[in-house]
Amino acid sequence: MAIMKFAPEALKNLFLKPVTTSYPAKPAEYPERSRGHIDIVIDECISCGMCVRVCPSSALSVDREKGTWTINRYDCIVCGFCAEKCPKKCLSVNPGYQTPGGEKLEAVYTKSPEVLAAEAAKRKEAAEKAAAAAKAKAEAAAKAKAEAEAQAAAAAAPKTE
Amino acid sequence: MVEIKNPENILEEIELSDLLKRALELKKDGLRFSQACAAYVNDKFELSYSFSNYETYQLHTLRVVVDVEQEVPSITEIVPAAVFYENEMKEVFGVKIKMISLDYENKLYRIRQEAPLGPKKEEN
Amino acid sequence: MGMRSVVPFGPQHPVLPEPIHLDLVIEDERIIEAIPSIGFIHRGLEGLVDKRDFNQMTYVVERTCGICSFQHGMGYCEAVEHIFGVDVPKKAKYLRTLWAELGRMHSHLLWLGLLADGFGFENLFYQCWRVREKVLDMQEMTSGGRLIFSVNKVGGVIKDIPQEQLNIILKTMDEVEEELKVIKNTFFEDYSVQSRLKGVGVLTKEQINALGAVGPFARASGVNVDMRLTGYGAYPDLEFAPIVSTAGDCYARCYIRTMELFQSIDLIRQVIGKMPSETDLFVPVKGNPDGEYFMRVEQPRGEAFYYVKANGKPNLQRMRVRTPTFANIPALCEMLKNTELADVGLLVLTIDPCISCTER
Repeated sequence: MAIMKFAPEALKNLFLKPVTTSYPAKPAEYPERSRGHIDIVIDECISCGMCVRVCPSSALSVDREKGTWTINRYDCIVCGFCAEKCPKKCLSVNPGYQTPGGEKLEAVYTKSPEVLAAEAAKRKEAAEKAAAAAKAKAEAAAKAKAEAEAQAAAAAAPKTE
Repeated sequence: MVEIKNPENILEEIELSDLLKRALELKKDGLRFSQACAAYVNDKFELSYSFSNYETYQLHTLRVVVDVEQEVPSITEIVPAAVFYENEMKEVFGVKIKMISLDYENKLYRIRQEAPLGPKKEEN
Repeated sequence: MGMRSVVPFGPQHPVLPEPIHLDLVIEDERIIEAIPSIGFIHRGLEGLVDKRDFNQMTYVVERTCGICSFQHGMGYCEAVEHIFGVDVPKKAKYLRTLWAELGRMHSHLLWLGLLADGFGFENLFYQCWRVREKVLDMQEMTSGGRLIFSVNKVGGVIKDIPQEQLNIILKTMDEVEEELKVIKNTFFEDYSVQSRLKGVGVLTKEQINALGAVGPFARASGVNVDMRLTGYGAYPDLEFAPIVSTAGDCYARCYIRTMELFQSIDLIRQVIGKMPSETDLFVPVKGNPDGEYFMRVEQPRGEAFYYVKANGKPNLQRMRVRTPTFANIPALCEMLKNTELADVGLLVLTIDPCISCTER
């Protein structure tokens, strides 16, 4: 009898536990690899901007001066390309989805004051070094120029005699 | 092990005037029309019409290079399946294809911009 | 000779989750002609090549479609790899094949559920989707996303599947197979299913040939076309034969997809059994692509076509995706001719339309 092929299965379902879970009461479980959102260990970040350049949806921005890393979670497609390309591996993809919100907020991460101070000091040092190097270069150039001029003058001098 | 059929793809560059003739020949050979697409390269349109063989899985592509203003005859009379592809070329690239059997008059994708991937219009 | 009138079908219709519009010219209850129109959700993904480089495009291409997402990324990556001329590690090929077959299973289960819902068998609909949930769990466990995998990259894959997870997949496949056997019997033998599907919307082999249809839709009419035979991924090492039916009606299409589910389970077992032990997941790719390539892969819905043209710059010159539904719509319109108006919803469903990926 082919008419009621599915009837036993349908009847069996009456006595089975539901396949679904009572979701808000019992929170959903995500597997370990679940791509939920991007996290950053901000103090390890070197503000190189690699993640900003590779992001397919332009959801990221980096401010080197202020030491911030900003993500627009509503633009982010959680592809994980930034985490793969990050040279310091301080970005990671973790389970747990972005909760819905009333307005589009950007999540801003700022480096801790100590790291910022250390970076500022480093930058200052580098700037001083660069300035010193530039000065030395300029001096050398001036010296070379003066020498060249002197030589030219010396070369030109016999002709006028 | 399954028998693998992976022959080299054929890319045949032809003149625009030969397009209908070659399409008809390929169709008579029993090939299936696989796809058609346009590309805007070096101020010219490159049109590719791909046919594939049911038996050997060989892909035979006809390549036509036309100027932007040149009119292209439609192959839909020979290959009815090409209707959407030609409408797409016409709408997205602005290729001047005439005599499409079912012409959507640039309303296939309902794009606001005219020929977004075609030649860039000079802005006034 | 009855009175002629035009009935619009779609873009919003209860049987279809996606927007396609058909103008049906009917005479009494019989359809004389169907004129399709698409373009309600065109997103212009192909135009994005100007703004995104070829590595970023991998992620863009994957998001063409939520159902055959993995195979889109795979087809695109294979096309770019062919241009580079790199040889992908064997392990990456096997992993890609495994994920591709998981994707096929979940797509076919989704379609079977929608079909059951389309002819009013709601119990069967949720049974199919219950089984599909297990496949989705496997996808989430291995790749991190329920539908969008994001594991492909040009040159290989990003993530490895450890042995414990492979064992879980094998175990789940056994469970899924048991449950599918019950569902299969219902689809093949139930009276109400047969009365809705048998002899409806018949297309002959000649019509399929003329209209260039692909995938299970073409195989149901006796056209043996399966792009997996072109030997991408790990398919050359596996044992399978395309499933072909000659009836050409809705029942045959249902048969093909149901049997392909079992074929996919078999392929997944073969892949896991032959999984290479090497640890290389990708080969580093240097520089920018230069050249062009036509790549074809067999998606759940049929042959998908990727054309990539590059000129040695990070941004590709042209990237074209031709999805199977795009090729199947002309055949759909031919099939609709001379059928009853009440069957239109079901017939549109049997080509497994995916309009979002059609319009890209």
